[in-house]
Amino acid sequence: MSRETQPYPSNSADGMNPLKAVVILGEEESGAGNRFRPDLPSTRGAHSHGARARTSRFILYAVLFLFALWYLTPIYILLVTSLKGSSEITLDKMWALPTSFSLDGFAAAWKALAPNFLNSLLLAIPAAIISAILGSLNGYVLAKWKFRGADTLFLLILFGMFIPYQAILIPLTRMMTEVGLYGSIQGLILVHIIYGIPITTLIFRNFYAGIPTELLEAAKVDGAGFFRIYRSIMVPLSVPGFMVVLIWQFNSVWNDFLFALTLTVPSNWPLTVALNNLSGTFIATYNVQMAGALIAAAPTLVIFVVLGRYFVRGLLAGSLKG
Amino acid sequence: MKINRDRVISLLVLAPSVLAVAVFVYGLILWTGFISTVQWDTLRPDYTPVGLANYQAIFANNRFLMDIRNTVVFTICFVSASLLIGLLLANLIDRGIRRESFFRSVFLFPMAVSFIVTGVVWKWILSPGQVGSPQGVNQLFGLDPASNRWITDAHVVYIAPDSPVYQVLHNIGLGAITSPNIGVPIALLSIVLAAVWQMSGFVMILYLAGLRAIPEELKEAARIDGCSEWRIFRHIVFPLLVPMTLSAMIILGHISLKIYDLTVAMSKEGPGFATDTPANFMWQTSFRDGLFGRGAAVAIIMLVLIAGVIVPYLIWNRRQEVEA
Repeated sequence: MSRETQPYPSNSADGMNPLKAVVILGEEESGAGNRFRPDLPSTRGAHSHGARARTSRFILYAVLFLFALWYLTPIYILLVTSLKGSSEITLDKMWALPTSFSLDGFAAAWKALAPNFLNSLLLAIPAAIISAILGSLNGYVLAKWKFRGADTLFLLILFGMFIPYQAILIPLTRMMTEVGLYGSIQGLILVHIIYGIPITTLIFRNFYAGIPTELLEAAKVDGAGFFRIYRSIMVPLSVPGFMVVLIWQFNSVWNDFLFALTLTVPSNWPLTVALNNLSGTFIATYNVQMAGALIAAAPTLVIFVVLGRYFVRGLLAGSLKG
Repeated sequence: MKINRDRVISLLVLAPSVLAVAVFVYGLILWTGFISTVQWDTLRPDYTPVGLANYQAIFANNRFLMDIRNTVVFTICFVSASLLIGLLLANLIDRGIRRESFFRSVFLFPMAVSFIVTGVVWKWILSPGQVGSPQGVNQLFGLDPASNRWITDAHVVYIAPDSPVYQVLHNIGLGAITSPNIGVPIALLSIVLAAVWQMSGFVMILYLAGLRAIPEELKEAARIDGCSEWRIFRHIVFPLLVPMTLSAMIILGHISLKIYDLTVAMSKEGPGFATDTPANFMWQTSFRDGLFGRGAAVAIIMLVLIAGVIVPYLIWNRRQEVEA
């Protein structure tokens, strides 16, 4: 079966293609699938004896809890430290709960980082939106208006997402200086859009490949042109694709450090650079540093909690091509 | 006629992106390659050709050799630990546990935060503190800050001369790898810990997607035939996860070859360059010291290393797509 004829949310048995497997996960997360697979414990139970099964279940949960503790330790440290007042932030009590809640740390961190928070928003939101529009158009062409060499061209574009950006950083800095964009947020937005082309194109290309070509053929017979098909068929069908790409791009731009450090001046620093600077100096006490880290992590964490399903799909699609 | 007009439009829509990638990816790579062969060692560009002198200079620099060692050690430790933990967690989660989505979110959320945030928090947890006032893990587990130095540990563990292993290696002509430059810097392992914390959930999700794609009937049939769970894993599940494993290795491997933010936030170069990376060396050489020619040479070496991993992978992936 060619990819073109596969409707996108196909539950293919082809376990080898992570991009298809993504759908299996996605469905489960949306609650449509058999989420907790209630059949599984019972089949297992039939093959082992009661006491042994209970012991192995206990070990299973114990291991899971231990790992959960490890993953949550930094969150614990972030929370308890950022909520301590300046009298309590001595090193010997770093693991202890605060005796009284204080928002002094957050107030100080916000005072120091608010301009950078705004910079990050002004950077990440436009970059994500423009990247998504560009990626969807590219993906539409590469999936549905294939020409000779289109797949090779796509492969050449894709290589761009794996390169170490160090390999372009020196001439890029020169170029940005020459066109007068060095130091500015606009310049950084442009850079993120350009280097976001490979990943956004990849996600949309694979998404659109699943939309039946017959649908487009029918629209063409009805006289619909390139943009008409894009607007009235592709875009409405790819709302989840837009979610995935918007979240992916927002996250990567929000979390970027290298481009921001190299291409912006301090007044335009986004949060990552400002936070690194704050924690590198000894002026900021630990509660301020940890509150700053929480502020920097908050937007992407909130997105993860609320829209985790799209985040996961982006992760899988972004790491592997289909 | 209409079809032809749309064909032209489609190419015009794609053209700006193709042009942008051609210029900003391939064009700038070539430009960096050119810079790596010129003098340019001040803020002002100097295009006097110097041949391979920049490459000779960085390979003669002990710091760069340590960076290469660090990259190798980091890649091996980080990739293998992430794979093992990811595989373990995916298998545990796939056993029909309660609160599955809770555990999955807990294991995955670090992927949503930046390396800088990760670095800032783990730096604090993995700083040893002073004797008499231990900090972080030392305080939590009651360890002695004098002997547990974590990210400030300057020790490099290497194969000592005159040890039995050294003798063996020496006798089979591999004496070179016993150089003190080729050991395991202890401070680097703390960075590995933070990196695994951040990335292992991603591997778990990859494996989980792989596990969920294996038809339950296949395993059930094996169970009816009397196969043990271990045999089912070993002979049915594991072989089907090999492509996932390869993908995860490539992704993690290329991340570790260019790791920068995390080490900068946690320890910068570290004691005796124990946590220095080629990316950090490149940045400081170029943008701090103004030795752009040498910085470009480091960048090109990084690119060659990563391309050596990524290009075969992309081609392999492309073949799979064609076969599908």
